[in-house]
Amino acid sequence: MKNITPYFLVVATALAIWACQNRPTSREEAIRAGSVSTGAFDPASEAILVNAPPSPGKPAPTKPADDSARRAAEVARGEHLVKTSACNDCHTPWKMGDRGPEPDMSRMLSGHPQGMQLPPPPKAIGPWIVSGAATNTAWAGPWGVSFTANLTPDETGLGPWSFENFKQTIRTGRHLGRGRPVLPPMPIPVYQNFTDDELHAIYTYLRSIPAVKNRVPDPLPPAAGPTTGAG
Amino acid sequence: MEVPTASPDAHGVSSWVHVLGVAAATCAAAALAALSLGGVGGPGAALPGGPVSETTVSEAALHRAEALTPPPELPELLSATGLYAEPGSRALHPEVLEFVPQYPLWSDGASKRRYLRLPPGSSIDGSSPDAWVFPVGTRFWKEFSLGRRVETRTLERLPDGTWRFASYAWDEQGQDARLVPEWGRLRVAPLAQSGLHHDIPSRGDCVTCHEGGGERAPVLGFTALQLSPDRDARAPHGEVPPSGALDLTDLISRGLLRGYPTELTRPRVEAPADTERAALGYLHANCAGCHNAHGALADLALDFEQLVGDKAGSARVLESVLRRAARFRLPDQERSERVVPGEPAQSVVQFRLSSRQLAQQMPPLGSKVVDQEAAGLVAAWIAQLKTNAPHGADQETP
Repeated sequence: MKNITPYFLVVATALAIWACQNRPTSREEAIRAGSVSTGAFDPASEAILVNAPPSPGKPAPTKPADDSARRAAEVARGEHLVKTSACNDCHTPWKMGDRGPEPDMSRMLSGHPQGMQLPPPPKAIGPWIVSGAATNTAWAGPWGVSFTANLTPDETGLGPWSFENFKQTIRTGRHLGRGRPVLPPMPIPVYQNFTDDELHAIYTYLRSIPAVKNRVPDPLPPAAGPTTGAG
Repeated sequence: MEVPTASPDAHGVSSWVHVLGVAAATCAAAALAALSLGGVGGPGAALPGGPVSETTVSEAALHRAEALTPPPELPELLSATGLYAEPGSRALHPEVLEFVPQYPLWSDGASKRRYLRLPPGSSIDGSSPDAWVFPVGTRFWKEFSLGRRVETRTLERLPDGTWRFASYAWDEQGQDARLVPEWGRLRVAPLAQSGLHHDIPSRGDCVTCHEGGGERAPVLGFTALQLSPDRDARAPHGEVPPSGALDLTDLISRGLLRGYPTELTRPRVEAPADTERAALGYLHANCAGCHNAHGALADLALDFEQLVGDKAGSARVLESVLRRAARFRLPDQERSERVVPGEPAQSVVQFRLSSRQLAQQMPPLGSKVVDQEAAGLVAAWIAQLKTNAPHGADQETP
């Protein structure tokens, strides 16, 4: 505990972002708010990323070197967006380092550690209703307990996700755009404002980072909340 | 200081949405203010009426500006939406038609009544039997009751061809219903014997199921299969249509549906046994809004949609579920399958529709209470499926 200030700064930042979240959303809303960039993402640009070299005798639409440079530029842009949008604050587990808490970059963006044993979260007292684990990857509040997702390209992370899956999730605040809500403290109302190009750059960067096998647990319902059914 | 507290409803999530409503509204307001001041480049910079410089105008921005043009105002009261003959009356307007889908969506036991009103002299284009085209001005209403009228949802086709969703919350006396904000309203009525409450969904959540897109209108319960005169007596929570309710035959004979193929006037879910027919019909009505071959989740290749114009019938649906690996894994399993013939307890479909845990439940929204009747029906269907058959069930006496 020689220097815990950075830790609290991180938590405060995350909470400030989170306080702005959970606004009901829709694709229409996003369009009306101007956050959906109509037609800004060109599927052809995605095809370029996986294009085989052009066959002999046919004119190449772009030079391989150009493709490579374009991809590198997109990865760099995505990396910049990830680093300036606080993704590592919650999706990379934190550890105690020489200068205090810091993200464990050997597990970069791999989400809440699979095997980490956690006791039940503390009970809310008065207005203190949110608590976070020291890793910054598990959060308890009125919604239950949420665990940050593995964003690496491993099959336990975003591996099976298409760009469309990723984009729809960020835009709607629901898994794959249709499923359960993405829970606090993920600042969906902030990230909804990314353009298609920005989301594609982020997605491309996330496909380029080292895959980390880490199956993040499912969120837990509120301890006091009744559940129904067999599940 | 008012302290937000956890609520048991919707696993706390919905209540939390409510608690943060003010903060969220602040965020939205700030974002809009920044955009209208031209303080943010990129999307939205070209808001109509704002200071748009020549350099910021692009085709895409103009397209967005059109999308931002406000549609006609939604009436504040349900009685002004055209459902009733006159304000203060609960008598339906003479042009309003009632219908009853044969496979109702499970809504936690709420009873529902559904209405349609087409512009005078207009008709629905049914030439594409699974993608009817509704005229501009078409209006649908769905009234939910839980001991009393609770809410009435509306769906309306606007002059620009888009669809608008809204909901009206009834007053306790049942006199009239008032427009609900677009973020919905929580805890409007208790759900029987559960300790939980019915929530009115946000308009964003409406679109989650009522996806539409492409050739398809975002209308789910008003289709050839749902209105077929060959009704499924085993459909969970199937309703007996009240006198005068509209079915497919009426639609055609009254000229309200034109171009519909004459050979498809009695569509039904193709199945070798009643249990399978009812189960597939239920899964169509409750799951195919998202799980179909054309929507945003098409790449999951999970398709519960029954298409009356598809000669493959139920084979396509069964192909997508039987013995197919699921992304979801059952507890303590490394690999799970959507439906394991003969094994309901090993089938992800059965597990998820029988759960109301946040990360497990299906559907993921719109229901807090398991549909026990349907869970029993689907379990019976899976149990009947032959273990080694690619699809199909043991025969039973129809």
